[in-house]
Amino acid sequence: MSDVSVPLVAEEEVAHEAGHAEAPVRIPLITGNKTLHDVSEDIAGRVEQKPTITWMLAMAVSLALLLAGGYAVAITVWDGIGMWGLNKTVGWAWDITNFVWWVGIGHAGTLISAVLLLFRQRWRMSINRASEAMTIFAVICAAMFPVLHMGRPWLGFYWALPLPNTFGSLWVNFNSPLLWDVFAISTYFSVSLVFWYIGLIPDFATIRDRATNKISKAIYGALSFGWTGGAKTWSHYETVSLVLAGLATPLVLSVHTIVSFDFATSVIPGWHTTIFPPYFVAGAIFSGFAMVLTLLLVTRKVYKLEDYITIQHIELMNIVIIVTGSIVGIAYITEFFVAWYSGVEAEQYAFINRAFGPYWWAYWSMMTCNVISPQLFWFKKIRTNLAATFIISIIVNIGMWFERFVIIVTSLHRDFLPSSWAMFYPTIYDIGVYVFTFGLFFTAFFLFAKFFPVINMAEVKSILKATGERSSQSGK
Amino acid sequence: MSQGTNYILGVYEDEDVLMRAITTVRESGVKIEEVYSPFPVHGIDDVLGYKRSWLSLAAFLFGITGTCLALTMMVGMMGVDWPMIIGGKDYIPIPSFIPVTFEMTVLLASFGMVGTFFVTSNLKPWGKPRIYDIRITDDKHVMAIDLDGNDKAESEIKSLLEGSGASEVNSKKFD
Repeated sequence: MSDVSVPLVAEEEVAHEAGHAEAPVRIPLITGNKTLHDVSEDIAGRVEQKPTITWMLAMAVSLALLLAGGYAVAITVWDGIGMWGLNKTVGWAWDITNFVWWVGIGHAGTLISAVLLLFRQRWRMSINRASEAMTIFAVICAAMFPVLHMGRPWLGFYWALPLPNTFGSLWVNFNSPLLWDVFAISTYFSVSLVFWYIGLIPDFATIRDRATNKISKAIYGALSFGWTGGAKTWSHYETVSLVLAGLATPLVLSVHTIVSFDFATSVIPGWHTTIFPPYFVAGAIFSGFAMVLTLLLVTRKVYKLEDYITIQHIELMNIVIIVTGSIVGIAYITEFFVAWYSGVEAEQYAFINRAFGPYWWAYWSMMTCNVISPQLFWFKKIRTNLAATFIISIIVNIGMWFERFVIIVTSLHRDFLPSSWAMFYPTIYDIGVYVFTFGLFFTAFFLFAKFFPVINMAEVKSILKATGERSSQSGK
Repeated sequence: MSQGTNYILGVYEDEDVLMRAITTVRESGVKIEEVYSPFPVHGIDDVLGYKRSWLSLAAFLFGITGTCLALTMMVGMMGVDWPMIIGGKDYIPIPSFIPVTFEMTVLLASFGMVGTFFVTSNLKPWGKPRIYDIRITDDKHVMAIDLDGNDKAESEIKSLLEGSGASEVNSKKFD
């Protein structure tokens, strides 16, 4: 497996019957001599099996996290935001760090399913389902933080949505990036959910037709929306997927752009920078791919999906990590340079304080994890090594968490008035809410992995002839 | 679809054989009701003579609706109903309206298009699909020919399908 070479440059354009070009595939994307039926057996078979002990243990741990974190959420709602470590100087810290972190993680799913579809990259097909699921769960986790930070989440509808209200019909402020965020995140969530579900419908039909007991047949029957697989429906379906990909591509770029506006449109030194949008988007894809790798390396092992998620897939994802990690690294250096070059003292201080102030450890953790660690993937041995990939993927996400913490907390904690300088320390409730989102994320992911097909069977089947191992043997 | 119809079903293993078979069957003057596949077969709509899906037009129209709705909403709320000076900006600050306009456009385009897709393709959770062959969603392509809709005799169609590379030719009746 180690001499796998990655098709980076188009050697030949494979023109398909429909006339559109697909990216060339030099080595099989699906190994193990699979037939169409094998794909159904391998993927749908998992759904039909009884839960394994490993799965139950994993669920138990996730539910324990959910429960333990749930206590912190309950206390936050009951007693209020005062339970968090925020103070007058640092009014945003742990919560928004986690919000941005989770939203960023979500970005890889859409990038894989939408952007790689537009680029006709067929290696997306084994990994898009799980990454899209990850996107949806990550966005739900992200939404927890602004909702809880409202203090009275049950009134959130009045505050965040443009609804006529009893306060003299004062409307929401459309000049505010926070409101743009409400629209961006909710649109992103809804469109991702629809995109994911559309992809699931044919696979649910497969499970429906394989089901032997009445309950599964009824449930998967309803979930499959009465899918039959007619050519006319497939034709519409393909158009829907393509247009959704076209819509989701600018959407995914807009979401983290708008999240970065939460900071960039303010006049706080350290936040007021025009490179935030591209820098945030690159960072989001960077952390998202890292999370996809963390999850898929485990899923692949537990579900024995080595023939579907091959070393080649992992290598290609690692290449995306090098690219986006390097963009992020350049952004860090550019920020520093511009702070110096601007000649604005407050701006210069904000950056010196980041690197050498009381939060130096957070800054250097970020630099080490995000700038240095992904560079190791330049070595083919490392980027095709599963253990190394797994470790680096986790390091990257730790780094990306620190990035948001550094941007948010270090820019706020020493403001223009030295008498109000303060430090931020998270309380157990801050940490608890974060733990809660981890519990939520993994519970949702494990439920998905058990009851939904983790790989898009219909799409994998469609490429099996052209990119499976059988085809390369028969010389096709 | 009428009640009590008889179908002849040609089962195919390979998509390329299927594509050639469709051409053969259509050229011999037999009307194909529909072809069912476990995955999207590229170019099948062309050989079947289907028109290009018009759902992208639906997406465009819903998208435009979203753009107009968003702009009307924001101009109405901030410019007409309760004008306020915020940060020295205009009552109707168009640049501030861009993000929400974009999001609403994407939202309506996506949901409108997917909704239209469900309606036109008759996809609904309570839908009772007519399953011609249980293996369609697994590994077989099935060409369904409505016997009543064709002038040719059953045996003639069956031999045509067999000759076109079908691995099995079955009959099925729906009430």
